[in-house]
Amino acid sequence: MLKLEHISWGVPDGREILRDLSLEVPDGKLVVITGPNGSGKTTLARVIAGIEQPSAGRIFLDGRDITNLDITQRAKAGVSFAFQQPVRFKGITVRQLVETAAGNQLTEKQLCDILGKVGICARDYLDREVNATLSGGEMKRIEIATVLARHTRLTVFDEPEAGIDLWSFKNLIGVFQKLHTDLKGTMIIISHQERILRIADEIIMLANGSIQDRGPADVMLGKVLSAGGVSAACCRGEELFCE
Amino acid sequence: MNEITQKLLKLVSNWDGMFQGAYNIREDGGCAGRQSSANVHISSKTDVPGLDIRILPGTAGETVSIPACVTHGDIDDLVYNDFYVGENADITIVAGCGVHTENGEPARHNGIHRFFLERGAKVKYIEKHVGTGNGDGIRSIDPVTEIHLAENAVMEMDTSQIGGVDRSTRTTNATLAAGARLVIRERLLTDGEETADTQFQVELNGQDSAADIVSRSVAKGASKQSYTSTIIGNAPCSGHSECDAIIDGSAIVDAAPKLCAHNADAALIHEAAIGKIAGEQILKLRTLGLTEEEAEAKIIEGFLS
Repeated sequence: MLKLEHISWGVPDGREILRDLSLEVPDGKLVVITGPNGSGKTTLARVIAGIEQPSAGRIFLDGRDITNLDITQRAKAGVSFAFQQPVRFKGITVRQLVETAAGNQLTEKQLCDILGKVGICARDYLDREVNATLSGGEMKRIEIATVLARHTRLTVFDEPEAGIDLWSFKNLIGVFQKLHTDLKGTMIIISHQERILRIADEIIMLANGSIQDRGPADVMLGKVLSAGGVSAACCRGEELFCE
Repeated sequence: MNEITQKLLKLVSNWDGMFQGAYNIREDGGCAGRQSSANVHISSKTDVPGLDIRILPGTAGETVSIPACVTHGDIDDLVYNDFYVGENADITIVAGCGVHTENGEPARHNGIHRFFLERGAKVKYIEKHVGTGNGDGIRSIDPVTEIHLAENAVMEMDTSQIGGVDRSTRTTNATLAAGARLVIRERLLTDGEETADTQFQVELNGQDSAADIVSRSVAKGASKQSYTSTIIGNAPCSGHSECDAIIDGSAIVDAAPKLCAHNADAALIHEAAIGKIAGEQILKLRTLGLTEEEAEAKIIEGFLS
């Protein structure tokens, strides 16, 4: 279980992005955190992953205080983080990146199993470099594959829908639905997208760095839609919160 | 051969106690072993130090190993090796060089390799350069490679300097006839006070000739690198030059890719990028459980692989 107690985080000019935020996410749950731009969603994800250190508060994973662990230690403690913008590496192949994530060499079958879960045929990709020759959708799938290869207790996805086309997005939803079915740990997704919200066990809505509301998806979805002030034109692409 | 040569051979060539196929081992300016094969004839030059390596037309699947080792200081080795590759031969040539000094005296190897590929010949040329030893003596390697590709000949050159070389000047010149293709992959690592100078010049003289040059380098410490590539398109042809460098510490990298289109149908492209390791790359690998140092090493290893 992930537990956050009174977490705050601010920028150097003193502005608080997260304000005294407390949260519990039980095992086996898929929680989607949503909210307007600037509400603190990505900052919260980065604080959980150890990329940012909170200015106040404590973070517990399965009862262990992980607040003072750095990114590497947090990863070793069982936290995985999928970046909103996947990082490209010249010279590092898909095989090498997934094996680095797994922490050991993998057989072709193991690699196929992992990459197959995100809809990639391993044979076509294993020896390709994780560089600019891959599309945004391919990068997103490989990013998710690196997270799956780790089998950690807690996985955080920061806006997995960002930067991919509609076709890739539809496939991505399928990937998350499958992940949810097989889920053994805890999964948190930061997202604006209605279709991702619909697969959540629980939706948490952030506003101004605090939890504005939370509850089961079927209860929260209507509230989120109305709170977002969504217009039909704005929502054709299923974007809940207008820029 | 002495123990240092054996260690250097393992670093720069495919030596595992012996070579498969034709070979010549050069040790401190002398010959420490030679073997020709039915299709590959190696003989000493009579006018200057060096070898003539003649590969018969149609030879396929063989490897020729021509390593050179300098095992102590106060040696300035100069060698001229000419490779004559017959029509439609398909062969791998490994020509690494290791320079070792412990006694404070400089050690230098300067290999001048000329390749003459006849029509339809195909060569994969692998050269690794390394410097070893703890002395203050300067370790220098200054390879000069001259490539002449006849019609439809293909040469892939994989050249790397994998550390420990204090000074290097690497000069490669090539001329390509119609349908010929040249692929060059250079990898370079410098650290401390090392300097490395790379110069490529490729003349695309024949219709549909093509060159693809990609250099990846890492400059650490206070090392200095310079990269110059010139692709001259004298016919309808295609050329691509790419120089990527990772820079760290107080290192300096100068890159100057140059294109000369002397024909309206010459399609020439160059790219150059120099920068530090991106912070996001370190972050990503740290989220996979690597320390910052492990992440840096992984990125550099991949970049130079």
